[in-house]
Amino acid sequence: MSDPILRVTDLQKYFPITKGLLRRHVGDVKAVDGVSVEVSERETLGLVGESGCGKSTAGRAMLKLLEPTGGRIEFEGRDITGLSRRQMVPLRREMQMIFQDPYNSLNPRHTVGTIIGAPFDVQGVTPPGGVKSAVQDIMERVGLNPEHYNRYPNEFSGGQRQRVGIARAVVLRPKVIVADEPVSALDVSIQAQVVNLLEDIQDEFGLSYIVIAHDLSVVRHISDRVAVMYLGHLVESASADDLYLMPRHPYTTALLSAVPTPDPDVEKHRARILLTGDLPSPSNPPSGCVFRTRCFKAQDRCATEVPVLRELATGHTVACHFPMEAVSVAVPTPHTRSAAATDTDVSDSPHLPH
Amino acid sequence: MSRFLEVEDLKVSFTTEDGVVQAVDGVSFGVDKGETIAIVGESGSGKSVTSASIMGLHNRRTTKITGSIRLGDDEIVGSSDSRLRELRGKRMAMIFQDPLSSLHPFFTIGKQLVEALQVHSDLNKSDARTKAVEMLDKVGIPNAAKRAGEYPHQLSGGMRQRVMIAMALMNDPDLIIADEPTTALDVTVQAQIIDLLKTLQREFGTAIVLITHDLGVVAETADTVAVMYGGRVVERGTVRDIFYRPQMPYTWGLLSSLPRLDDLRTARLDPIPGSPPSLINLPAGCVFRPRCQYHQFVDGDLCETTRPPLDEVAGGHSIRCHLSAHERERLGTERLNVMTVTSPLKEGA
Repeated sequence: MSDPILRVTDLQKYFPITKGLLRRHVGDVKAVDGVSVEVSERETLGLVGESGCGKSTAGRAMLKLLEPTGGRIEFEGRDITGLSRRQMVPLRREMQMIFQDPYNSLNPRHTVGTIIGAPFDVQGVTPPGGVKSAVQDIMERVGLNPEHYNRYPNEFSGGQRQRVGIARAVVLRPKVIVADEPVSALDVSIQAQVVNLLEDIQDEFGLSYIVIAHDLSVVRHISDRVAVMYLGHLVESASADDLYLMPRHPYTTALLSAVPTPDPDVEKHRARILLTGDLPSPSNPPSGCVFRTRCFKAQDRCATEVPVLRELATGHTVACHFPMEAVSVAVPTPHTRSAAATDTDVSDSPHLPH
Repeated sequence: MSRFLEVEDLKVSFTTEDGVVQAVDGVSFGVDKGETIAIVGESGSGKSVTSASIMGLHNRRTTKITGSIRLGDDEIVGSSDSRLRELRGKRMAMIFQDPLSSLHPFFTIGKQLVEALQVHSDLNKSDARTKAVEMLDKVGIPNAAKRAGEYPHQLSGGMRQRVMIAMALMNDPDLIIADEPTTALDVTVQAQIIDLLKTLQREFGTAIVLITHDLGVVAETADTVAVMYGGRVVERGTVRDIFYRPQMPYTWGLLSSLPRLDDLRTARLDPIPGSPPSLINLPAGCVFRPRCQYHQFVDGDLCETTRPPLDEVAGGHSIRCHLSAHERERLGTERLNVMTVTSPLKEGA
């Protein structure tokens, strides 16, 4: 594929823990610890993991909305890690964010026209034809009625508000959008509308997405590549098909096996790997492999040696000493499909073009 | 046919500044001991109002409830507060979505469990304490005796939800209402909690009313399903009826708007257009009519003028829809085929 638009290498974000009156530095919450991902033009990268795994922090640090503690961020080949806030301003045109909560991310005292047009103001640019017509144009494209330009956010439903958030993010025609849980606050039928909208505007504007989500089915649906995080670390990254059909990290395997499928017959016969215990604290992570305390394959080596990310197959990297066998897992199959279809060995099948 | 919990023609309305909100309008369903019924619907469909009515939790002054909710021999609609207090906790219990705001932050979980127990029995404190620890152990909390002395904030979300389940089970109720019990949890923890609920149900023979919007969880746990829309049950049947033989356009839409793990990116989601109706100002006729893609297949203006009754289409499978059996068969097959042809990779195999 072409050169990545955004490349993040070994990203770290630590939050200091201080104690006492003098705010003595006693430790760090290692929210993100060594995450490397990249996204190419028109590509969608899904970033998944459970709550507290650092996926949102990673997403914000990538856009330098949070100052990273370490690592390197390159945008179109240019190192932007050390840029100051002011130096970042022109770059913000190219990198935008869509937030999870369509209720709190829109100023209730501004009309949606003002909200969607605000990026023009910040950047000090006037689009040809004026701000209002540009805003109304984008409103129409995201499925809002342009005549509602002067309405306030409280007059809109959750799904429509999320469309406002999307319109604000794309109005400057950015190249990269980080979407943090873009649909998780929405009802199922509305969620599908917004997922389709995200796909449509990606095609129309040639956007690259980094989609942060905990809903593995949604990520599966919209991503080309998927990266899995656990306790601040990247544990596995692969093309969406590879990752879902042939997970190699025990955590990914367990995570996928935990997702219930809307299909009663499949559910009845599905083997499930139940993880025991809870997520350890990121201020005091386990030694060696961070997943070892809950891992069903853990051995002595896992406690002493930190597993590094290595490429087990083309484009499929895993950080594990004892990765799963390279056989496709029994993918839950809707009962309408023939039973034989379950056994497809995906590694022999041609990969679908993205 | 009288089941353990029998809800019949339940209607709940609230008076608000903007007018009367008819939150639930003619809901009927039932569930037996040892069985799980899932109530599925989007926000505003009336599913949580229904469950709060079963528990008798609505404010009498602002809420108008008609119809009947029978739990065994007890009629809940119109029961006195003192009778309801006896029933709540003892015969029926509720598990809420958010365990942090349902537990008291100032008291240890042990104390809260003991209190739940002592309301309904004359166990002395130390016996109650023993039973509380036993129950914590049963719901899979490691080191239960020590954990009982901790406060809610010291536990993780999954652990708190286990405490809620332990509390619900303390008095050995016959009915548990679980309102989105796993929505606030991560998938791996969700899997643990669902597993736990199923195991406990087998052990105690409890009837469960599961309120959820997650069709995956429904497929995994429910025996029967009631799909709600605009305050009504629009389709009701066994879990297989709903997933494999859905007969109502709203259910088709729900199923086809869902991305699935076994779905490849090439398939586009097929959402329901529009958004759910306001309960203050419901459309005349079929409440789903404004979002229904199939109303043109119904003769005349039936969908615009007449509310469809809940008709039985097969044994135990009922729907609210004016479409003829023939049209439902044709359109349903069409819609569901689109759904299943999602994976060119697997089809080629």
